[in-house]
Amino acid sequence: MDAHRTPAGTYAKVLGALLTLTVITVLAAGCEFGSWNVIIALGIASIKASLVALFFMHLRQDKPMSAIIFVTGAAMLGVFLMICTVDSNARGENAVRPATRETGAAGLRAVQGSPSPTAERR
Amino acid sequence: MSDNYLSSPRGFKSWLTTVDHKRIGVMYLASILFAFLLGGIFAMLIRIELLKPGHNIMSADTYNRVFTLHGAIMIFLFIIPSIPAALGNFVLPLMLGAKDVAFPRLNLASYYIYVAGALLAVTAMVTGGVDTGWTFYTPYSTTTNGSVGLMTFAAFVLGFSSIFTGINFIATIHKLRAPGMGWFRMPLFAWGIYATAIIQVLATPVLGITLLLIIMERVFSVGIFNPQLGGDPILFQHFFWFYSHPAVYIMILPGMAIISEVIPCFSRKTIFGYKAIAYSSIAIAGVSFLVWGHHMFVSGQSPLANVIFSFLTFLVAIPSGVKVFNWIATMYKGSISLEAPMLYAISFLLLFAIGGLTGLFLGALATDVHLHDTYFVVAHFHFVMMGGTVMAFLAGLHYWWPKMFGRMYSEKWARVSAALIFVGFNVTFLSQFVLGSRGMPRRYYNYLDQFQPLHVFSTVGSWILGLGFVIMAGYLWASLRRPLEAPANPWGAVGLEWQTASPPPEHNFEKVPIVTGEPYDYSTPEPEAAEVQA
Amino acid sequence: MSATAAPPGEFLQHHFTTAEQQADAGKIGMWLFLVTELLLFGGLFVGFAIMQSLHREAFVAAHRHLDRMLGFINTVVLLTSSYTMAMAVHNARTDRRKRVIVYLLLTLICAGIFLGIKYVEYSHKFHEGLLPGRFYSHKGDTVPGQFMFFSFYFMMTGLHGLHILGGMVVMAWVLRRAVRGDFSHSYYTPVDLTGLYWHLVDLIWIYLFPLLYLIK
Repeated sequence: MDAHRTPAGTYAKVLGALLTLTVITVLAAGCEFGSWNVIIALGIASIKASLVALFFMHLRQDKPMSAIIFVTGAAMLGVFLMICTVDSNARGENAVRPATRETGAAGLRAVQGSPSPTAERR
Repeated sequence: MSDNYLSSPRGFKSWLTTVDHKRIGVMYLASILFAFLLGGIFAMLIRIELLKPGHNIMSADTYNRVFTLHGAIMIFLFIIPSIPAALGNFVLPLMLGAKDVAFPRLNLASYYIYVAGALLAVTAMVTGGVDTGWTFYTPYSTTTNGSVGLMTFAAFVLGFSSIFTGINFIATIHKLRAPGMGWFRMPLFAWGIYATAIIQVLATPVLGITLLLIIMERVFSVGIFNPQLGGDPILFQHFFWFYSHPAVYIMILPGMAIISEVIPCFSRKTIFGYKAIAYSSIAIAGVSFLVWGHHMFVSGQSPLANVIFSFLTFLVAIPSGVKVFNWIATMYKGSISLEAPMLYAISFLLLFAIGGLTGLFLGALATDVHLHDTYFVVAHFHFVMMGGTVMAFLAGLHYWWPKMFGRMYSEKWARVSAALIFVGFNVTFLSQFVLGSRGMPRRYYNYLDQFQPLHVFSTVGSWILGLGFVIMAGYLWASLRRPLEAPANPWGAVGLEWQTASPPPEHNFEKVPIVTGEPYDYSTPEPEAAEVQA
Repeated sequence: MSATAAPPGEFLQHHFTTAEQQADAGKIGMWLFLVTELLLFGGLFVGFAIMQSLHREAFVAAHRHLDRMLGFINTVVLLTSSYTMAMAVHNARTDRRKRVIVYLLLTLICAGIFLGIKYVEYSHKFHEGLLPGRFYSHKGDTVPGQFMFFSFYFMMTGLHGLHILGGMVVMAWVLRRAVRGDFSHSYYTPVDLTGLYWHLVDLIWIYLFPLLYLIK
């Protein structure tokens, strides 16, 4: 059995840090940092996530395989997000674009008027 | 005759509640073969309809349903589970010297989840069918009538079966290898299954959420894929292919894994380049996640994404090439014998090479513009999936058949069947490369008169192919009615699975094997890869 | 100090040779499962990110309907439940049966509070007509297209809520086994693995909260 040598007190300290970071992120969201707001919010979230993963989930003490599995999964998700975003942003002027806000709203009204495909049976 | 896993414990209920990986493998085998029959019948119907342009034996709407179901059944109910769940479940623990997989109860759950998914899929078929193609592209799939929601939910359920199998195999390979079996003494079949399992775990959940989103669009019109609501239908294709491209490597990697077992045995020679083959399996798994956009070159995806994906697609061909060269090098100056498993393995080498090479035409942007959505694509994927995976599956089935059931099949009839299948396959699908390059679109019910001769040729091929499979069903069934006479090692093969009885006892080995030798050691006349010690 | 613990051999399955091998295998299996959950939710995150970048104004306007205070309280509750879960595992590993039971109960209570607050939030949304997709019926929007945000809000928090519910069911089963005295320093895998699952559910919320409630 792998030895989790985390003393009980450490868990309490981690909780303290997590709660503090949560307060900070809420306060930061109330301020205007422009495009930095997103980075700050996600950055703090990532610190919190790392604390949970390293301490509560014992990635610090466990055999490396657990961390390798987790990081690989996160990396794949990162690849997926990155390429979809790059593609979405790179579609040029003549690309088929999703509806503008006006036509989006009109589209919604049209959809609200008709029953869903599941409601109609052949 | 001493007890084996088939005979003891007795009773129908003992099969339904079994956690024995061998019994679960056999149940999977029966199920996927049934799915293959069902998908095959749909294929024959498609080819009969295409004997002449326009209406032949079914309406256009029915035709759309038939090709959708052919695809969905073959992919989700047959090929994805086939080698891992049917053969892998049976053979992997034996090859590793283990008593079972890491999570035997999860294994049984995987099987029942598969059955549940299959029942849902059949229900979808009979309550209205699906006409979207197995790829469920939006916005058609989110607005058309029919049982799309039910079918996508069936695929969602089947995905969990695949995920749990993958989790089980990774844990098994990490923790349950026999004493002395380090990673590089493991058979290459295990490496292939390991790489497959990585893909199963990482890719399938994204399919899961994609299918759920189709259902959400149909029920709630959430908007994500609907252009009228501000959504992006190309985003659907990103979501769908992020799984479905790696999925094709879920299909081929286990097939390659089998070839790595069969060729050394029937060349009586150790595998050439063990580490290269092992690493290339992992490399294929990794790179497979980076190429999905090559299914989307003409979808409206950005030119930047097109270029990135095309380049990466060329990269993924390299590890596959490494394997093919290593297999051929294994055969070079070997002592070749042409029993059925080897006939299928050699067929694999030729047909997979053709399939893989034609992938390059499709991976190149300029040529893909002309070939996309034509019969060239249909031929390409049938060459790799059927000429590749199915041939490898048949090689493995024949190779491990005596181990699984304790009986040999008729070698003569096996050769007849292999010849018919090889000839039938080529007649059916080589003609489709020509059809596609001349402009015949895929999924089309009607076509120009000039394409008819090749369509007829292809359909006749499908009858030869079908006959080959009917004969195979015949001699395999007949073999089960013979007495249990197969020796432990009928092929003189190297590997722990051959060190125990055919069929094996319930607990696999009388004594825990301890591995001291290298894998594929065919250097001595009586090969012993492992010493089974007290 | 130590309550009557079950003999270590009792839970060793036949195909494993040592308890450590079995525990290691279980841990690998659970981490693999967690990665599948990460990718399942991840798809929704990717969809949200792309749709938000295409409809920034609508998403910003829509998210103002969310109650930040309730979201903050729920975050605090879930983080606390992660702490109590970690303590339950710690006490299982150190043979403190009664504390295991207490901490598991606290975790269940926190989970219940979380779902209760979510129920309050959902009720408010239903009243206001802030519903997903075709069911969106909120009046008086100056920025159109806000239905898409609520599509994602309900899908993501709904799927998350289902996972909380599932986690509670598993925790109740583990609690029952703890009461029975199954766990000790030589066998506490079910508590350990349930803990891992619960922390992942917390991790997902750690990202959901800022994305849905805070980001402009």
